[in-house]
Amino acid sequence: MTKQRDILLTEVALRDGSHAIAHQFTVDQVLDVTKALNDANVPYIEVSHGDGLAGSSVQYGLSKTNEMELIEAAASVADKSKIAVLLLPGIGTLNELKEAAGLGAKMARIATHVTEADVSPQHIAYAKELGMETVGFLMMAHMAPVEKLVEQAKLMESYGADTVYVVDSAGYLLPDQVRERVRALKQSIGVNVGFHAHNNLSLAMANTLAAIEEGATRIDGSVRCLGAGAGNTQTEVLVAVLERMGIETGVDLYKMMDLAEDIVAPILQSPQEITKDSLTLGYAGVYSSFALHAKRAAKKFDIDSRDILIELGKRRVVGGQEDMIVDVAAEIAAKKEKVLS
Amino acid sequence: MSKVKVAILGSGNIGTDLMIKLGRSDVLELTAVIGIDPESDGLRRARELGYTAIDSGVDGFLKQPELADIVFDATSAKAHLYNAKVLQEAGKKVIDMTPAAIGPYVCAAVNMDEHLDKDNINLITCGGQATIPMVHAVNRVAPVEYAEIVATISSLSAGPGTRANIDEFTETTSRAIEKVGGAKKGKAIIILNPAEPPILMRDTIYTLVEEGKMDEEAIRKSIQDMTDVVQSYVPGYRLRTEPFFDGNLVTIFVEVEGAGDYLPKYAGNLDIMTAAGVKVAEEFAKNVLAKQTV
Repeated sequence: MTKQRDILLTEVALRDGSHAIAHQFTVDQVLDVTKALNDANVPYIEVSHGDGLAGSSVQYGLSKTNEMELIEAAASVADKSKIAVLLLPGIGTLNELKEAAGLGAKMARIATHVTEADVSPQHIAYAKELGMETVGFLMMAHMAPVEKLVEQAKLMESYGADTVYVVDSAGYLLPDQVRERVRALKQSIGVNVGFHAHNNLSLAMANTLAAIEEGATRIDGSVRCLGAGAGNTQTEVLVAVLERMGIETGVDLYKMMDLAEDIVAPILQSPQEITKDSLTLGYAGVYSSFALHAKRAAKKFDIDSRDILIELGKRRVVGGQEDMIVDVAAEIAAKKEKVLS
Repeated sequence: MSKVKVAILGSGNIGTDLMIKLGRSDVLELTAVIGIDPESDGLRRARELGYTAIDSGVDGFLKQPELADIVFDATSAKAHLYNAKVLQEAGKKVIDMTPAAIGPYVCAAVNMDEHLDKDNINLITCGGQATIPMVHAVNRVAPVEYAEIVATISSLSAGPGTRANIDEFTETTSRAIEKVGGAKKGKAIIILNPAEPPILMRDTIYTLVEEGKMDEEAIRKSIQDMTDVVQSYVPGYRLRTEPFFDGNLVTIFVEVEGAGDYLPKYAGNLDIMTAAGVKVAEEFAKNVLAKQTV
């Protein structure tokens, strides 16, 4: 028997975590993690390339395993949990959405930059047509004023989103900023409000609690912080915290702790922590998946990866612009060369 | 030199920018701009510049078909289905600027000559016009297994049509990377960036060449030659930096600054479409005029 849940959690390790391991998930890993999450009664499990359906690319990193195989595997062992997929219009198309739905995905999360919601109506409407639950996912929410966020959330609601998320893709927002954003959405839209954090400034938990206090009922977490940058709100910790606060998630805490330790930790090449790169993401307001790419570019050009990330923040680069990393790195290296010669 | 008469169907941003560019052509004579809203900025400007302004759509134009032999369709994919049919029946050549793609894909710098005899040709997408020349430049000297392009444009330059049908961009561009660019497999990504002041159009082109076929020197030269060709009709088209070589991967960075005719300079993505349209129409016209003199 499941109790009434106050908060519905979406576990994003098998999507956002794809960034942290350079999109190397295997079918076996996805099977093991999904089985355990299903057993722990997590309501939603997101499975996709880190950049959403069709994200496998030179630009973002090629998937080791076709994500459709991963989605199919996850759906095959999830009899309680629902499988969710992420789609960024401009990268993924209706074709991939249809394929994922056919393989058993039950929720479509359609993600756009916080000011660009109007690229999503086709995808939200089609997901509905496919019988999926729909989420509008407004990324890089720190880059627009609250009024703009509200306007864009209303658009997504009008397209048929069942939930609209405030997505702190850079892990940049402070608790008060999360509070005012979630509050504004609660006051202006009729559908569920969700929140997705990144822990780059060690604020994921605080921000998530602020969001919940303001009325967010859909929350993302990544078990063992397996997400881009420093990861997301750590799901098993969140389950414990909410339990102590008397907020029902319906998730089994012991099982979450076990799967975090026994199944997810071994997947990580190194434990997730707030490194200087992920800290810089949060400090500069840069999309969290840029971390590993910036590290590689810094090595190639023999420069400090923080300088790259800070410069990208200054240029107000948005999610998906990974090609700017090499571009900016080359520029910084050329300047350095000039100074030295 | 005699000129070939042309008309523009669609009085929005693209149509109006075309109007300004066509005013400079040596071989094309713009006669009419066709819209559906007499109050539109495009039709108002057309009247000011002394062109025939028709506000009753393609049917209005077909009452005076002698106005033009070549028609640019800068309406929408949906409207083009009808426009293409009636214009073909009237014996007009049509340059399709919409994503409808009834006719063959044409990239002005790559495969124009193959299609000078067609009634209807399609100009792919802005991302296609900007990146396919580079895919082709690599492919003509080192066969490309896979080409992937990322087009980043300013939010202000992406109109409602593009936004509501963004899949059309990714799908059409991907297919044309293969069909016109010559890559065995193509992929396209588009990103909208709302930064202020608006950014110029940027394109990154990744090409994976066949194992053992990498020839850096030949590829560099081919890329440079192709840049010159595109620049001849899009002056603001340039390489942002030298191409990168890494194993069998070649990465090319391009930037497109618009001419600032009707659309602002940042809208290089729209400029490259209208410039390509004019270029293709001029080749059509030269071909027609050459036949007449024979």
